[in-house]
Amino acid sequence: MTRAVRATGPSGWFAAPAVLLFGVFAIVPLFGVAALSFAHWDGLGPISWAGLDNYRAAAADPDTRTAVWLTAKLTVVSVLFQAPVSLLLGVFLAGRQRYRAVLGALFFLPLLFSSAAVALTFVALLDPNFGAGTALGIPALSRDWLGDPQLAFYVVVFVIGWSFIPFHTLIYQAGARQIPAEIYEASRMDGAGAVAQFFRITLPLLKYTIVTSTTLMTVGSLTYFDLIFVLTGGGPGNATRVLPLDMYLTGFRSYEMGQASVIALVLVVVGLVIALGLNRITGASRMESEMEGS
Amino acid sequence: MSRVVRNRPNVAGALAGWIWLAVIIGPIYYILVTSLRPQADYFGESPLSWPSHPTLAAYGRVLDNGFAGFFLNSVTVTAATVALTLAVSIMAAYVITHGRGRFGREVFRLALLGIAIPIQAAIIPVYYLIVQLGLYDSLAALILPSVAFAIPITLLILTNFLRDVPRSLFESMRLDGAGEWTILLRLVLPMSRPALAAVGVYNALQVWNGFLFPLVLTQSADTRVLPLSLWSFKGEFAIDVPAVLAAVVLSVLPMLAAYVLTRRQLVSGMTAGFGR
Repeated sequence: MTRAVRATGPSGWFAAPAVLLFGVFAIVPLFGVAALSFAHWDGLGPISWAGLDNYRAAAADPDTRTAVWLTAKLTVVSVLFQAPVSLLLGVFLAGRQRYRAVLGALFFLPLLFSSAAVALTFVALLDPNFGAGTALGIPALSRDWLGDPQLAFYVVVFVIGWSFIPFHTLIYQAGARQIPAEIYEASRMDGAGAVAQFFRITLPLLKYTIVTSTTLMTVGSLTYFDLIFVLTGGGPGNATRVLPLDMYLTGFRSYEMGQASVIALVLVVVGLVIALGLNRITGASRMESEMEGS
Repeated sequence: MSRVVRNRPNVAGALAGWIWLAVIIGPIYYILVTSLRPQADYFGESPLSWPSHPTLAAYGRVLDNGFAGFFLNSVTVTAATVALTLAVSIMAAYVITHGRGRFGREVFRLALLGIAIPIQAAIIPVYYLIVQLGLYDSLAALILPSVAFAIPITLLILTNFLRDVPRSLFESMRLDGAGEWTILLRLVLPMSRPALAAVGVYNALQVWNGFLFPLVLTQSADTRVLPLSLWSFKGEFAIDVPAVLAAVVLSVLPMLAAYVLTRRQLVSGMTAGFGR
């Protein structure tokens, strides 16, 4: 059907409320953050022109430099931890085991918790004096998990994994279920073992799922805020002060809104680059071409 | 959906599965037993043992500290956000899939980009806007931005769904002389009920658990929502860990109920945008 023929259909005004709301509170702020990055603003008083001051200040700020490095490290370590576990669990849950449904239901539970709830739970659980480590009677377990800069980083990685692996497990489960059983049948006829099947069939056929899930993990790593905020507040020292946290503390605690906007802008740019890559790879563009054909 | 994918035991997967089950259930068990432990016993008893004098006293202490009000705020913000998001998104999705001209496609492209905008990146200008609009420290300050950030994923899922509705249905309604509003209310809305339910539950979960908007856009106890109240309880009940964890349990209960009732919708909603 060509556009000339299709004169029927809802008018564009139907989309106006959504466009207006999304425009005012999501798109305008994006431009706003770019504008504020060239301004001095303490969050209350007048806004004044700053030129490139904020960029210089952000680049020279030791906290921000640490945050950039920490965010990159957190992203890499998180993906390396979450991706294999999610893949393994997702493929396992897609199988025919009778208790699969029960396990699947239980695996989903962490998704129901708010980040604040998860963080508070682990703060109590990891308490060096009264936490679970003391119960098991292993001295190595009752250490000050959140008070040691080295340990705190890995605790953050683990707690983030606890929180988000269920979601990625779901994605892998959905992906693995779309693999036709016949393919496995055929390869079994050829005498392929379970391990060979996993590497020759499951992994290649899950290629798009792996890309989607890993991209979401990567974009997600830019936005871990509330969990770390409640768990460590960025500490001890600034051992877990990742970029979103650095932005919040710079803007809403040190009242340097302009400098915080520079950090926010970095988050936007990195997020958009990754998302555009995601669109290119996973066929959102394919979806558009389908729409052209409609 | 329950295709037989493989019918041989998957040893590595099973092992990982059971280990992960322990990793998930352990902390949840710990929350429960600690919230039932009398505060005096918290310092003496083994943290993972079943309390020797189980009590609901910690829950009482939480309820006496304004929990009901925070709960009501969360319900209000979540319900209003989900209702508004679904209403404006279904209208926009109808334009994207069946509209005239190219406007719909541009809206869709914008929404795709919008999925990638982290809330953190926009929070400073959103704070500025909310202050300028005179909405700071009100529930509306939470609802409006929450709707805006829920629109992209909602549009994506509804658009995916509506594109599969046969065009002949629309044409025949038009031939009967139905206007676009009638089609929206009589055809689009009933047809998309499963998608609306799925994405609605998904959005509810996001908003219910949202932390950054409340942290930045509200201030007083009158507008405090649950995730923020947990954080403030952490300060108030500094050494009363059973009370803090009782608050955690109370804050999760509604979502647990929603999960039990709408598990299928929630899971399909969570994977609909990505599971391909």
